[in-house]
Amino acid sequence: MSTRCSKHKEITMNGSARKVALVGNPNVGKSVLFNVLTGAYVTVSNYPGTSVEVSRGNMLINEQQWEVIDTPGMYSIHTITEEERVAREILLHESPDVVVHVLDARNLERMLAMTIQLIEAGLPVVLVVNILDEAERMGLVIDLELLRQKLGIPVIGAATARKRGIDEIRSVLHIYSCPCDQQKFEYSRLLERDITEVASLMQGDYILSRRALALLLLQQDEEIAELARHREGEGYAQLAEKIREIAFDRRETFHLELSLERKEMVRRVMAGAFTAPKVRVITVAERLSRLAVRPLTGIPMLLIVLYFGLYQFVGVFGAGTVVDLLEGKFFEGWFNPWIISVVKGIIPWEIIQELFVGEYGIITLGIRYAVGIILPVVATFFIFFSFLEDTGYFPRLALLVDRIFKHFGMTGRAVIPMVLGFGCDTMATMVTRTLETKRERIIATILLSLTIPCSAQLGVIMSLLAKFPGALAVWGGTLLLLFIVVGILSAKIIPGEAPMFYMELPPMRLPQFGNVVTKTYTRMQWYFMEILPLFVLASVLLWLGKITGFFEKMINAMTPVMASIGLPKETAVAFIFGFFRRDYGAAGLYELQTKGLMDARQLTVAAVTLTLFIPCIAQFLIMKKERGWKVAGAIGVFVSLLAFGSGFILNRALLATGLLS
Amino acid sequence: MKLSEKAEEILEALWITVEEGGAAFLDPGIMAFPADDPAYQELTGHAMIEIRQGMINLRPEGRVEGKMTIRRHRLAERLMMDVLNIRGDDGEFKACQFEHLLNEGADIKVCTMLNHPTTCPHGKPIPPGECCYQARADGDLGVVPLTEFKSGQEGEIAYIQTGDNKKMQKLMAMGVLPGNRIVLTQAYPSYIFRVGYSEFAIDTNLAREIFVRKQIA
Repeated sequence: MSTRCSKHKEITMNGSARKVALVGNPNVGKSVLFNVLTGAYVTVSNYPGTSVEVSRGNMLINEQQWEVIDTPGMYSIHTITEEERVAREILLHESPDVVVHVLDARNLERMLAMTIQLIEAGLPVVLVVNILDEAERMGLVIDLELLRQKLGIPVIGAATARKRGIDEIRSVLHIYSCPCDQQKFEYSRLLERDITEVASLMQGDYILSRRALALLLLQQDEEIAELARHREGEGYAQLAEKIREIAFDRRETFHLELSLERKEMVRRVMAGAFTAPKVRVITVAERLSRLAVRPLTGIPMLLIVLYFGLYQFVGVFGAGTVVDLLEGKFFEGWFNPWIISVVKGIIPWEIIQELFVGEYGIITLGIRYAVGIILPVVATFFIFFSFLEDTGYFPRLALLVDRIFKHFGMTGRAVIPMVLGFGCDTMATMVTRTLETKRERIIATILLSLTIPCSAQLGVIMSLLAKFPGALAVWGGTLLLLFIVVGILSAKIIPGEAPMFYMELPPMRLPQFGNVVTKTYTRMQWYFMEILPLFVLASVLLWLGKITGFFEKMINAMTPVMASIGLPKETAVAFIFGFFRRDYGAAGLYELQTKGLMDARQLTVAAVTLTLFIPCIAQFLIMKKERGWKVAGAIGVFVSLLAFGSGFILNRALLATGLLS
Repeated sequence: MKLSEKAEEILEALWITVEEGGAAFLDPGIMAFPADDPAYQELTGHAMIEIRQGMINLRPEGRVEGKMTIRRHRLAERLMMDVLNIRGDDGEFKACQFEHLLNEGADIKVCTMLNHPTTCPHGKPIPPGECCYQARADGDLGVVPLTEFKSGQEGEIAYIQTGDNKKMQKLMAMGVLPGNRIVLTQAYPSYIFRVGYSEFAIDTNLAREIFVRKQIA
């Protein structure tokens, strides 16, 4: 045992910061614990796999500085998905002083297998049995003391969302010294022999125990094999040969047998420590969940959610009432005239006045759009989204639409980025990371950049077309049609394995007010950090374009293109705006519409083309970051061509049918 | 009593013609061997058939034995197709050879392993044997894919059948392990099941690969 202790750093009371990593299955409350411990904020949700990135924060326990690392959820040390790999990286390379395994009390049996894996890896594990409040409500009784004895590690009962058990976690971290008392878990004789044979061939220096690594190698873990290749050098060939030999011998059932043996270990640990009531307690939340997943009740429920959440709250209240108040009353009526007179009083040069308060001025255009039009829509959308997310409704929505999404080459899982896209496509593109296959991620990225209008854009287009219900229907119908056609085509064309759908359904909960507010706030903050500079930049560039005459030339250059889709040349401005942000472009159309320069047909064609048109710069940059230059570039070209192509066809079709005229 | 292979073949042909085809008798001319073959003697000796005016007639004793012979033949077909994956003429030929080995209780073993099938790969009924009646009486519905469960039904996971290691591990991580209790709570539009205190949703492709043992209601 002493050899194991020496691998980990001795306690350094007042020295450098110690490290604690939070690991565990998805949706067990790691991020909540992280937030409580550090006082920082990372997005918490009732949706498995929300944390796709590692978050780091600091805390102080009795003068000792700690670095807290929150990891994406993982089901097992043997990783399958990208997020799991990210989480394991921390364990493989960072050698944290304490590894806190957070699990869900209700699923102790399933999740303890990973605790055993962590112990087996020789890591300094502390077990937090979380969500104890809900478990108690279900009548489950867990003997934590017995678990402590059987596992040989500190075990703490907690309900982190209710701040229960936090002090205990802190004090356990404070006094934690080394993983010396941990139990050794024995496998069957045969498996033990294989493990010993593999481990004895490993000479390199590793953070995880050789025993655990040997098991991972036998499970054909490529990443670990790569690590071993590096560390073992010449000896690797022999090691690889041995693994190949054993893996072949046991090719039929290795994974299964290993799982069964671990299940048996868990059963022994659980014996006497976990009692469930004879009769299952069915909670109200469970009944609600039933309603949400049955098509007969689920679809009406979805429509209700969309009607009240999206239409009434975001559309009517956010984009209507609040925009009128802010944009109409505040900016147009009061702020703009005031700031114009102030700026004109301070700055005598007309050109500089133009920069701040002119037609495309930073304040009169950039700030006004950002705060007056975009802010209310985005804010209401994020409140709606965060609330829904915390109820646990999304996984249920995902399973409801899975069959439909399969036709587009995606699983129901993709419904989350799609819905989020109605808020912010850039953010949604980032979230496509949670999709399992590369093919799915590419399809989702295409559909997001092409057919899903973000909330800001949606708000502007709604008010743009509000006077022509027919135009709104044509716009919506065209987008839906393109979503379906492009989805089905890309599912056919893009090569790759067919995706599989599986998803844990977290219990439905009533969201906590504070959590929804903080989450909305952080999303808004992120959004504004991203868009405000772009709005200002756009204003500056437009101003530059105007005073140098370059702008005029561009509009002239684009006039034939505009004319080909039946639009007046002034719309070119909106499209140039649109390159910075689509909603910015749409807002430009709004301007033209108020001047009465466009009829219903032209507005519809312009709105459709602009919605389909190149995503905003920010989304393009994220696409490049997530998918790489080649894919992002190809999508960019494809989207531009399709946007103008669709505009052209739609214009012809509308002219030919006489619809909307 | 054990019949020769030839005799079994005659009996089969006769049984199909009379019992399933509705004919009164079988013309021995359609059989592949001459009418004076000793196999006919053998069958008449056991009082299974009767030859009247050169035509073969089925007797009540032969009706019972013929049914069991057909049962063995069609079980052998199922075995070739479903388990050994030998199809087409080759499968048919092998089934013909194999059926003669399925006696003295071997048919019961095969029938149970195949979960008491009711039709052969060509869609013809397999006459039920004692084991089939017994299984029905016991309510032992055997091992079926999760897709065969009705919502609300509870069972025990028997095994996972998948060629894809990643899928296997994903399922095991969800607690889908042999021996665990599983409740199917919904079957459409996706399969929702509960293991322990967790609920999961999976698609048809995954559900097909989980094999469960049904419990008697």
